[in-house]
Amino acid sequence: MTEVKMTVNGREVSGDVEGRTLLSTFLRENLGLTGTHVGCDTSQCGACVVHVNGKAVKSCTMFAQEAAGADVATIEGQAGADGSLNTIQQAFQDYHGLQCGFCTPGMVMSAAALLKENPKPTEAEIRNYLEGNICRCTGYHNIVRAIMAASGQDVPAVAAE
Amino acid sequence: MPKDHGIGASPKRREDIRFLTGAGNYTDDINIHGQAYVHFLRSDVAHGTINSIDASAAEAMEGVLKVFTAKDFEAVGGLPCGWQVTDRFGEAMQEPKHPILAEGKVRHVGDPIAAVVAETPEIARDAAEAIVVDIDELPAVVDMKAALAAGAPKVHDDLTSNLCYDWGFVEENKDAVDEAIKNAAHVTTLELTNNRLVANPMEPRVAIGDYSRGTDEHTLYTTSQNPHVIRLLMGAFVLGIPEHKLRVVAPDVGGGFGTKIFHYAEEAFVTFAAKVVNRPVKWTASRSEAFISDAHGRDHVTKIELALDADNNFVALRTDTHANMGAYLSTFAPSVPTWLHGTLMAGNYTTPLIYVNVKAVFTNTVPVDAYRGAGRPEATFQLERVVDKAARELGVDPAELRRQNFIKPEQFPYDTPVAVSYDTGNYHATLDTGLKMVDYANFEARAAESKARGKLRGIGLAHYIEACGIAPSNLVGQLGARAGLYESATVRVNATGSISVLTGSHSHGQGHETTFPQVIAEMIGIDESQVDIVHGDTSKTPMGMGTYGSRSIAVGGSAMFKAAEKVINKAKKIAAHLMEASEADIELADGQFSVAGTDKSVAWGDVCLAAYVPHNYPLEDLEPGLEETAFYDPSNFTYPSGAYFCEVEVDPDTGAIDILSFNAADDFGNVINPMIVEGQVHGGVAQGIGQAMLEHAAYDENGQLLSGSFMDYAMPRAADVPSFGVDHSCQTPCTHNPLGVKGCGEAGAIGSPPALVNAVIDALHRGGYPVEHIDMPLSPSRVWNAIQSVK
Repeated sequence: MTEVKMTVNGREVSGDVEGRTLLSTFLRENLGLTGTHVGCDTSQCGACVVHVNGKAVKSCTMFAQEAAGADVATIEGQAGADGSLNTIQQAFQDYHGLQCGFCTPGMVMSAAALLKENPKPTEAEIRNYLEGNICRCTGYHNIVRAIMAASGQDVPAVAAE
Repeated sequence: MPKDHGIGASPKRREDIRFLTGAGNYTDDINIHGQAYVHFLRSDVAHGTINSIDASAAEAMEGVLKVFTAKDFEAVGGLPCGWQVTDRFGEAMQEPKHPILAEGKVRHVGDPIAAVVAETPEIARDAAEAIVVDIDELPAVVDMKAALAAGAPKVHDDLTSNLCYDWGFVEENKDAVDEAIKNAAHVTTLELTNNRLVANPMEPRVAIGDYSRGTDEHTLYTTSQNPHVIRLLMGAFVLGIPEHKLRVVAPDVGGGFGTKIFHYAEEAFVTFAAKVVNRPVKWTASRSEAFISDAHGRDHVTKIELALDADNNFVALRTDTHANMGAYLSTFAPSVPTWLHGTLMAGNYTTPLIYVNVKAVFTNTVPVDAYRGAGRPEATFQLERVVDKAARELGVDPAELRRQNFIKPEQFPYDTPVAVSYDTGNYHATLDTGLKMVDYANFEARAAESKARGKLRGIGLAHYIEACGIAPSNLVGQLGARAGLYESATVRVNATGSISVLTGSHSHGQGHETTFPQVIAEMIGIDESQVDIVHGDTSKTPMGMGTYGSRSIAVGGSAMFKAAEKVINKAKKIAAHLMEASEADIELADGQFSVAGTDKSVAWGDVCLAAYVPHNYPLEDLEPGLEETAFYDPSNFTYPSGAYFCEVEVDPDTGAIDILSFNAADDFGNVINPMIVEGQVHGGVAQGIGQAMLEHAAYDENGQLLSGSFMDYAMPRAADVPSFGVDHSCQTPCTHNPLGVKGCGEAGAIGSPPALVNAVIDALHRGGYPVEHIDMPLSPSRVWNAIQSVK
C-alpha cells in the first residue's frame, strides 16, 4: 500500500492504495464519492469520466497513483455550494437527458469538457464527441438537446419534431 | 396550451436532482460495515464434465474466508422457472435443474463453478485464480438445429433430448392453415433470424447479502426490477426462508430492459453465504462477467409464410420458429417465444387463420429470456418483414397493403384468431400520421436526389402491435405462469395531507417518482410536491410484481388509482361529517371538499388532519386514519400500436447505411407525462436500431462468446442514431383500466428493427439490387455482400 494525495473537488484528500488501484476505485471506495460509476471494464462506456487537471479522463483507465498531486473534479463537485445545478446539469433535467441516471455523471463531465473546448458545437460535433459515453436509456436524443441548450443554442432546431 | 400539472403535463423529473449530482443510491454504492466480497470462478468452456475442484491453495490464502462449490448447496434448491409451457401433445416442457453453482457439469461459458468469499475483491479474485478445476471438455451444441439432430451432445444428460418443448398455437387451426396456404392465390415466404442480443443496462448487476443473527433476518440488496418476485422465488423455492425473515431491496437501479427481472444465482449465493460466513457478502459484476451471466435476449430462427387471396387479402399465416433457451431455463424464458410471441402474430391485421410452431432448444450458451419487448419484437419483425416482401412481390405499395388488411376502427373490440382480444386501436390513424411525418408523398424526389449522388435511398415502414400491461392473472395462470401479475399500491395520507404512495412497481429509469404523483395530484387537486413514491423495498411496499412488459402505469398506476379512490371515498365521508352534509353531496375539486349547491367547503388538509386527530369525527361509523391499499388485476392486456418509418441511404460501394430520419407515430392511449413517454420511445428506437444495425451476441462453434465486451459488442453510440421524430397524438384510450393508458416502454424496440431493415431492402431494390433479405445486424459487410450476391 502506498499513500496517494490529490485534490478532489477542491479538497485535499489522501488514501492508501495498491499499485493496481484504479482512480475510479479510489474515488468510490476510499473517498466514498460514488457518483462516479463503473459500467464496463474495457474503457468504453464513459460512466466513470472525471476531469483530471481540467481534462476529461476515464477514471477506470488511470491508476490512482498516476493522479497523485492532480486536481480532480467529479460529478459531486459540479453543483453550486448551495446545491443549485450548474448550467449543464440543469439542461439535462430541463430536456430529460437522463433516465436511469447511471451514465449521467460521465455524460455531464464529458459535456462539460466538450463545451470548454467547443462552446457552440453542432449536433454532429456533440454526437461525435460523445463517442466514448454509452447511454442505453435515452437514445441520445435528449442528451444532444440538453448539451445544445447548455451551450445557449436553439434546441428545437436540432430535433426532428 | 399544454397543461402545467397533473395528467398530461410534463413536469421535470424530481429524481434527476440526485442522479445529476452523484447522489443516487445504486446497489454498488451500498457498503455494509464488515462486508466481505465474492468472486465467482466461471467456466471458460461451453460444455464439460467437472472431474475435480481443488481449492486448497485458494483457501490457504490470507484474507480468504471460504471457497464455496456445489457441495455447499446440496440442501438448497435450484433456480426456479416461473413459467411452464405445455407442448403440442399436452406434455409439460422439459425442465432441467439450474443449480446455484455447477453440479458435475458446466453447460455454458460463464457457468459459475466455485465462489471465493474474501476480505477484499482483489483477494477474492486472486484466490479464484488459484483454484484448480479439472474439466473434461465435451463437444458443445450452439446451433439450434444441430442441437436437435439425432446423436447431438445433450446439454442435460437427464433429459431425453435438447428439445425443451414443441409448441403449436393454435393447434386446432393447423390443418385449416395448411389447407388455406396450399390453396392461396399467392404465398410469400421468408426465412430470417432474430439476432441474439445482450440487454446491457449501463449498471452491471450487483447483489449484497446481509444476515442478522440477532433477529434471524436476511436482507438482499439487488439490482432488480421486481424485488418482491425475487423474495418469493428465492425465499420459497431456493433457500427456504419465509418472507417475514427476508427483505429484498432494489434501490436506484441503472436500467433493466428485462434482464434484471430474473432471479439469478448470485442473489441466492450472497444471501446464503452471508449466513455461512456471518458477514455481509457483496458481489459486483464486471461488464465482462455481465456478458456471460446476464440472461441474453431474442435468438429466434423463423420461417414465415403469408398467404393472400387474389385481391391481396391476408388469408392465412404460418410460422415455424426455433427459439434458443440457452443452457438453463431462466425465470420467464419459456413464455417469451410462446405466449408473448404467438399471440401477437395477428399484428394489426384481419388474417383469419394463424398457426405458430415453436421449438425451444437447449444449447451450450448463456440462458435467454425477456429483453425489451420480449417475444413481441420477434413477432413484429417477422410479420412486418413478410408483409413488406409480399407488397414487393405483388407490386403494391407496402403502406396500402397494410391499410387494406388492417383491422378497421369500427371492428374493435377485435378477437384475433390467436387468443387475444384487442380492446381499442386506430391503425389507419397512426399510419396516416406517420405518412405525413415522413412526407411519404415526396419520397420519390428525395430518392432521385440521392441517386444523383450515387447513393441508394430507401424508406421502410413497420406497423406494430404490442400486448402489454402484463397481465390478467387468471389468464396467464391458465397459460402456465407460476405467478400472479397484479400490482399493488398503498396510498398513505399523512396527517397534514401530504401523501406517500407505496407501489409494487419499480422505477429503473422510467420516472415513476414524477409520473405517479401527477395522477394523485390530478385526482385530488393538490400540488404534485405533496406526493412521494416509495418503491423497491419489500419491507415497505405491499407485495407487487414489479416493472416489465410496459406494465407500470397500466397496472401499477391502476392499483394506485384504485387505492386513491378508496381514500377519496373515505375522505368524503369525513368531509360530510365536518360540514354536516350528506355524503352524496360532497364534491372534491382543487383540493377542496364542498357541498354541492352551497358555499360550504373544507380543505383536503383539514379533512386529513381530522382523520388523524379525530376529535370531531364519526368514530362510530368510521375508523380513524386515511390509508388504503388496492391490488389491481387487469382484465385484459393493453394494446399499444404504431407506425414506424425509417429512411436510409445506402452506399452501394461500401454497404454502409446512413439513417436519414426515424419517425414514430404511436397510440399509447392516454399519456400521463408526454416528456417521459417520448423519452421511452427514443430509447426503445435506439435499442431497435442497435439490434438492426450493430448488436450481435455471436458464438463460435465451440460456444465461446465472440462479442463479450463493449470492444466487440457494438452498442449504439450517439453518432450511430439520428434525432427522432415522435408523435403520440393518436390516442384510443384503453377501455379496461381506469386511466385509459396502454404503456410505452417497449414500443420503440418492437417497431424499429423491421422499419430499418425494410428501408434498406427498399433502397437496394430501388438501386437495382433485388436482395430479398439480410439478417440483422445489417453491418456494412453484410449489406455489401448481399449487393455482390445479386450483381
